[in-house]
Amino acid sequence: MEIGIGHYLILSGILFSIGFVGVLRRKNLLMLFFATEIMLNAVNVAFAAIGNYYGDLSGQMFAFFVIAVAASEVAVGLGLLIVLYKKYGSLDLDVISTMKG
Amino acid sequence: MYEFIAFYVFAISTTILFAITALSKNVLYAMTALAAGMVMISGFFFLLGADFLGVVQLIVYVGAVMALYAFAMMFFDATKDIKEKHENPTLVFLLGGLMALVFVVMFSAPIIGENIQALYPVGLAEGLGAYGNAQDVGLVLFTKYLVPFEVAALMLLVAMIAGIILAGKKMDYSLTECEASDEELEKEIKKEEA
Amino acid sequence: MESLVYIALFAPFVGSLFAGLFFARSPKTHLVGIVASGLLAVSFIASVTLAMHVASHGAVHVTMMEWISAGDLSIPFGFLVDEVSVTMMVVVTLVSTVVHIYSTGYMDHDKGYNRFFSYLSAFVFSMLILVMSDNFAGLFIGWEGVGVCSWLLIGFWYHKEDRPFEENPSISPSWAANEAFIMNRVADLGMLVGIFLIYWNIGSLQYDVVFAAMPNLADGILVAIAIALFIGAMGKSAQFPLHTWLTDAMEGPTPVSALIHAATMVTAGVFLVIRANPLFSLDAVHGVSMFIASLGAFVAFYAASMALSARDIKRIVALSTLSQLGYMFAAAGLGAYWIALFHLAAHAFFKALLFLGAGNVMHAMDDELDIFKMGGMKKVMRGSYIYMGIASFALAGLPIMAGFYSKDAIIETAFNDGSFIIWGILVITAGMTAFYSFRQVFFTFHGEERYKALGFHPHDMYKYVLVAMAPLAALAISFGWFMDDFKGFITKNLPEYEMSHHTHHWAWLLGLIVIVVAVTGIIIAYKKYAGKGGDAWKRDEEFEASFLYKLVENQYYVPKFYDEFIVQPYTIASKKFWAIDKAVVDGSVDLVARMFYRSGDVSRGMQTGSLSAYLNWMGIGALLLIVAAAITAFMG
Repeated sequence: MEIGIGHYLILSGILFSIGFVGVLRRKNLLMLFFATEIMLNAVNVAFAAIGNYYGDLSGQMFAFFVIAVAASEVAVGLGLLIVLYKKYGSLDLDVISTMKG
Repeated sequence: MYEFIAFYVFAISTTILFAITALSKNVLYAMTALAAGMVMISGFFFLLGADFLGVVQLIVYVGAVMALYAFAMMFFDATKDIKEKHENPTLVFLLGGLMALVFVVMFSAPIIGENIQALYPVGLAEGLGAYGNAQDVGLVLFTKYLVPFEVAALMLLVAMIAGIILAGKKMDYSLTECEASDEELEKEIKKEEA
Repeated sequence: MESLVYIALFAPFVGSLFAGLFFARSPKTHLVGIVASGLLAVSFIASVTLAMHVASHGAVHVTMMEWISAGDLSIPFGFLVDEVSVTMMVVVTLVSTVVHIYSTGYMDHDKGYNRFFSYLSAFVFSMLILVMSDNFAGLFIGWEGVGVCSWLLIGFWYHKEDRPFEENPSISPSWAANEAFIMNRVADLGMLVGIFLIYWNIGSLQYDVVFAAMPNLADGILVAIAIALFIGAMGKSAQFPLHTWLTDAMEGPTPVSALIHAATMVTAGVFLVIRANPLFSLDAVHGVSMFIASLGAFVAFYAASMALSARDIKRIVALSTLSQLGYMFAAAGLGAYWIALFHLAAHAFFKALLFLGAGNVMHAMDDELDIFKMGGMKKVMRGSYIYMGIASFALAGLPIMAGFYSKDAIIETAFNDGSFIIWGILVITAGMTAFYSFRQVFFTFHGEERYKALGFHPHDMYKYVLVAMAPLAALAISFGWFMDDFKGFITKNLPEYEMSHHTHHWAWLLGLIVIVVAVTGIIIAYKKYAGKGGDAWKRDEEFEASFLYKLVENQYYVPKFYDEFIVQPYTIASKKFWAIDKAVVDGSVDLVARMFYRSGDVSRGMQTGSLSAYLNWMGIGALLLIVAAAITAFMG
């Protein structure tokens, strides 16, 4: 059977949902970042697939930039994570949240 | 035929690995699964003929980003399980499930596929493709997407500086430019080493 | 000429503003009284000049400015000075000037002196607008204005407390003011309906347009308009059943009673009927006119009967006003509009004089009103005695005085018209009028000096006040002599009403009958009340307890009836509605507010400060957006 664009997109969607569940579920900040990475990767797959099936290289370009952005986001995010840890001594979300609403 | 098998192998393994990342209680397992999953994702890229992208994924994501995470993991005792208080797990799985359902329904409908057209197709239509993917990417990147490229470079620079500042200790005190005498400097250095 | 119109109209207004804006909070300032009276004198002179102009040149019609101009509706601020309105203007301004000067003396010791003049001048201004306006809307503005000023003035001593009904039938000035205003308001509804009908059927409210179009309307509409307008007139002129406010309005200061409830406001209803004479003289409306005449005759008799037993000096005069208003309406209803106007003017003069004289007596007796407590005061109050005597002679309709000419003309009209019942009632009422007015004079000024035993020390009013009252006295005597000139002047505008040849033949006999009846009344009064020593009047307790006496003394129990069957149920209903209003209206508004407040409170719970909760919300939002995108993608 031909692997059509639908397959890739459905796969991307499922991976995105898995990442989504991870983001909602995780209480540890670091693990939260992992789940975010999953989502980003899923989106990359989708971009590349669409780019391939419609003959447009822009899909891959977009995936490049997503990778670049993700990398810098990880750098800054982990830096902040370190500062947070030094302040609160823990990375659990429930411990860190001080705003009362 | 090969494509078929390859796709499903990659698909299933990616799904399982990412599921482990999202649901596991052990940080080490989660991180390892993430790294492995990313390798599988690069497999997809190769399947799609995006060679350059696949290589970039491997180098940047798996190599650099996961290394960063590995360093971050030094904060934890990797043998202990992370205890997480889960309020309302039903809501979370419900949302995730709904989202997956919506995506599947949306993307499996053939209507969507037929109406999409590429606005500015770059690639085979323009006589590219004879040189392979890397050359094509290079051509496009440095002509059409030059400005975003430069901006991305600047952004990476900023991120690097930000990372250093956030993580560095005593950044406002410079040993070379301070006006202390040599003995005091020695004391400072000894204090730091201690 | 136009500037004269504006001067006549706005001079009292300026006086009112002067007193109200600058002196409202100050203690009594003589300047206010002088300025207000002066401005009214200016207005009077302007009115007289206008009268002379109108007599020689005809009507003056000015339009000051456009007031309402919306679609087809166009109502200007216009003023029409024709023979009818200029007569009213002269009467109003003359009586007002005298009353203003009188008030400077009467209200001398009152704390609200400045306020009084402000209100009084404002009243005159409203009355002038009413009289001078050239359309029904302006008339209505003046109508309402005099209603409001009357309320302000009757309730001038608003701080006086309510007394129970048995002690003081008017309960208190504020209560009486409310009663007057509310009764007027009820009648104004009729007036408004009439004005609406006029506009709806004719499309304009200008007098000339309306009266020209009247003959073309359907009979039913004409009758409806006539009835509606007359209901308005009934309220202002206190015809039965909307009459109880007039006697209670005596709670206000005496100058107020003299100006408003003798000469001006209560005649506004008569003025309306006279002004709308093209309507009331149509054949289609004949039934309504006859009703007006009959009601007028009935009220004349009714009021006179109540005055026979009244003890309050001002109440007697108020009831006599009511009675004379009945006469005026009888004349107007029978079609003799110029005679009604003539009686209006003559009545204004001698009634105002009567009230002012009564005010003098009251002032002398420290505001004591009961005539049983007075007597033999002619020795100490010479001037007032003479004035009241003259006024009572005029009122009784004795020859030479003004009342003779005007009242007689009305009685003759009734005879001429063939309405012998009305004629009979009016003749009997004339006798009763003579009786009660002289009863009052004899009680107050003749007979035993009952006041001495009660410790009063009366003295007459200031000299200048007595001098100011002189013009009224002069007119009360002489106005009747100008009846023919007046007739020639006024019939340029109003329809002529000539007595038939038959009546002319019997005119001397009719006049003689009236004179005899009146003199008989005076003699009876003299015999009963003016005696001294052995002949002195004594209270007859038995007679006072008889049914007829009690009936008349309690004003035929009409006020009690109104109180029990209208006021009390209405108060109870109002209280119930207030409770409903609080629960339903306030409740629903509060409910809306509380709903918003509560929803805000609940939504605040969304801000917990915990990242996972926020992520949950974000996830839900993202899901919704994706679903929305999917739906649009499927649709489009």
